[in-house]
Amino acid sequence: MVEFTRRMAMAAGSAVVLGARGALAQGTGPIRIATAGPMTGQYAAFGAQMRAGAEQAVTDINGAGGVLGRQLALEVGDDACDPRQAVSVANQLAGRRVSFVAGHYCSGSSIPARDVYAEEGVLQMSPASTNPRFTDEGKWNTFRVCGRDDQQGAVAGAYIARNFTGRKVAILHDNSAYGKGLADETKKAMNAAGLQETLYAAYTPGERDYSALVSRMKAADIQVIYVGGYHTEAGLILRQAKEQGMNVTLIGGDALVTNEFWQIAGAAGEGTLMTFASDPRRRPTAAEVVARFRARNVDPEGYVLYTYAAVQIFAAAATRSNGVDPRAIASLLKSGGPWQTVLGPISFDAKGDVTVPDYVFYIWRNGSYAEIS
Amino acid sequence: MAYALQQLINGISLGMIYGLIAVGYTMVYGIIGMINFAHGDVFMIGAFTALITIVLLLSGGMMEGPGAILLVLLVSMSVTALYGWTVERLAYRPLRGSFRLAPLISAIGMSILLQNYVQVSQGARVKPLEPIVRGGFEVMREGGFVVQLSTIQIMIVSITLSVLAVFTWLVTRTPLGRAMRACEQDRKMAALLGVDTDRTISLTFVIGAALAAVAGSLYLIRYGVIDFYIGFLVGVKAFTAAVLGGIGSLPGAVLGGLLIGLIETFWSAYFSVQYKDVAAFAVLVMVLIFMPTGLLGRQEVEKV
Repeated sequence: MVEFTRRMAMAAGSAVVLGARGALAQGTGPIRIATAGPMTGQYAAFGAQMRAGAEQAVTDINGAGGVLGRQLALEVGDDACDPRQAVSVANQLAGRRVSFVAGHYCSGSSIPARDVYAEEGVLQMSPASTNPRFTDEGKWNTFRVCGRDDQQGAVAGAYIARNFTGRKVAILHDNSAYGKGLADETKKAMNAAGLQETLYAAYTPGERDYSALVSRMKAADIQVIYVGGYHTEAGLILRQAKEQGMNVTLIGGDALVTNEFWQIAGAAGEGTLMTFASDPRRRPTAAEVVARFRARNVDPEGYVLYTYAAVQIFAAAATRSNGVDPRAIASLLKSGGPWQTVLGPISFDAKGDVTVPDYVFYIWRNGSYAEIS
Repeated sequence: MAYALQQLINGISLGMIYGLIAVGYTMVYGIIGMINFAHGDVFMIGAFTALITIVLLLSGGMMEGPGAILLVLLVSMSVTALYGWTVERLAYRPLRGSFRLAPLISAIGMSILLQNYVQVSQGARVKPLEPIVRGGFEVMREGGFVVQLSTIQIMIVSITLSVLAVFTWLVTRTPLGRAMRACEQDRKMAALLGVDTDRTISLTFVIGAALAAVAGSLYLIRYGVIDFYIGFLVGVKAFTAAVLGGIGSLPGAVLGGLLIGLIETFWSAYFSVQYKDVAAFAVLVMVLIFMPTGLLGRQEVEKV
């Protein structure tokens, strides 16, 4: 927080010195970019991942001479995964004339923030928001470097139908844009592959006691739980299910990729499955950056490298378009790919989605997760 | 049958925690007629103190057996009681002669202060704790359904009941309890008759905070995930429980807590998990319409 306020003060100070908006857009001062996500609250683990990725990317790019001879200056916005706070953060960032935002994290935040950015002329690239609506609604400024829930759900649904034929499956979601979207896509794919769920229910995120829900699943003899939701609740549900003597396998989405999931679930997390892109840390393009993170004692897990890549893409596109006009960069991003990133080459389609998404299954064992081959 | 029994166990262990916190709300209201909105955050302080103690014990390899848990409870109770005392001394006592809303606003401010203090000093991320009390019993088996009663649930119920028993004894059988009841009936008259009202009110806050600390510790051990914001949601539920049971009434607070826990659980069990809070608050509205003072509350007699 201290860091954040200091940055805000610095930003405010330099905005006063530089004054008008024109001076920033054309001038020789730093190019202002931002990352925004849950820096506090339930899902702060992911905010920390995004921040680590963005900071490292900015340091690396500035170290190599910056963009168009100018330095990048990073702002950090905290939306706490709250849609209302996301809108006010978006307004604040737009007011500080950032040209680019790597964020937000939760789909429920990215979608309302998108409209603010679109109006204010800010380019937005989410490293993590997978709800299809984020890019489907045809705004000029939206991009994402992750996949979409209809792709993720299709992979998850098909996998469940194939590997858990004849088992009793419960599909749960937390009613968030991300959670419900993912649960519904998975259900669709699973039903299409011929497996019907036994129970479909929503729970309230932010609570701690899910024992009533767990007993309900126990009575329905559930063997597989699919959770469209975040790691805190998934971990608690699993922990309480094991406590009540249930023998279940939990399957989740990409919101489980943090070590915090294991800390919450404890040994009950053993064997939990989740979908995520194939481990970016192991790609050859990432080796050098991963080493740099590890030297700073940061594990570039989850969305760290995705945020890094988002900043990289912006820097490359700004350089190529020879300016920081967000609209010019947006159209260049769609036509000018592939962009070389730490994740490998990335191209965008007309909506701003990546052209080659890949989702694979991971399994949690003994406190860490590994790809299932 | 077995299913209902399992849900009854779930509901009681949840309701007990609400009840413990509700007692703190109701006690303060009874004595100075104020809703202590910072009480939920005192509960959160209790949970954090317990977490720090447990982590220290774990790193010393001494987190073994019931003795360790008793130690955690005692440390958490004493530290949190100190917070309760300080909160009253700083935020409420200077405003006691002021207009009615002043301490209420001060309480809301105190709640925000405590949350931000913990957020800054302990970090904003959730703090997980691995399960430290494991195991349980099979109560009965019906078809394929096994009713499970976990050790931690037994612990919650037995600790809550014994803490409440000590507390009831304190209020009904000791000079302090007599002074508290005297202050509740008529503070000015009690002062005239030689009761040290400032001290009694301070002790009320101390006891309320200690009960909240027990609830916080049990909550931490049971669910294993806390953050600086937990006081809000739990505080609202416990406050609701206090109002449902009749604010100012001590048995009412426990009864209200149990009822809220049971309504939430059974609504989730037989209807919709999503709308359990709607059910709990709908019951509250119904009770207040027909019994404005709550289930066990006394009619306020206007003295002329």
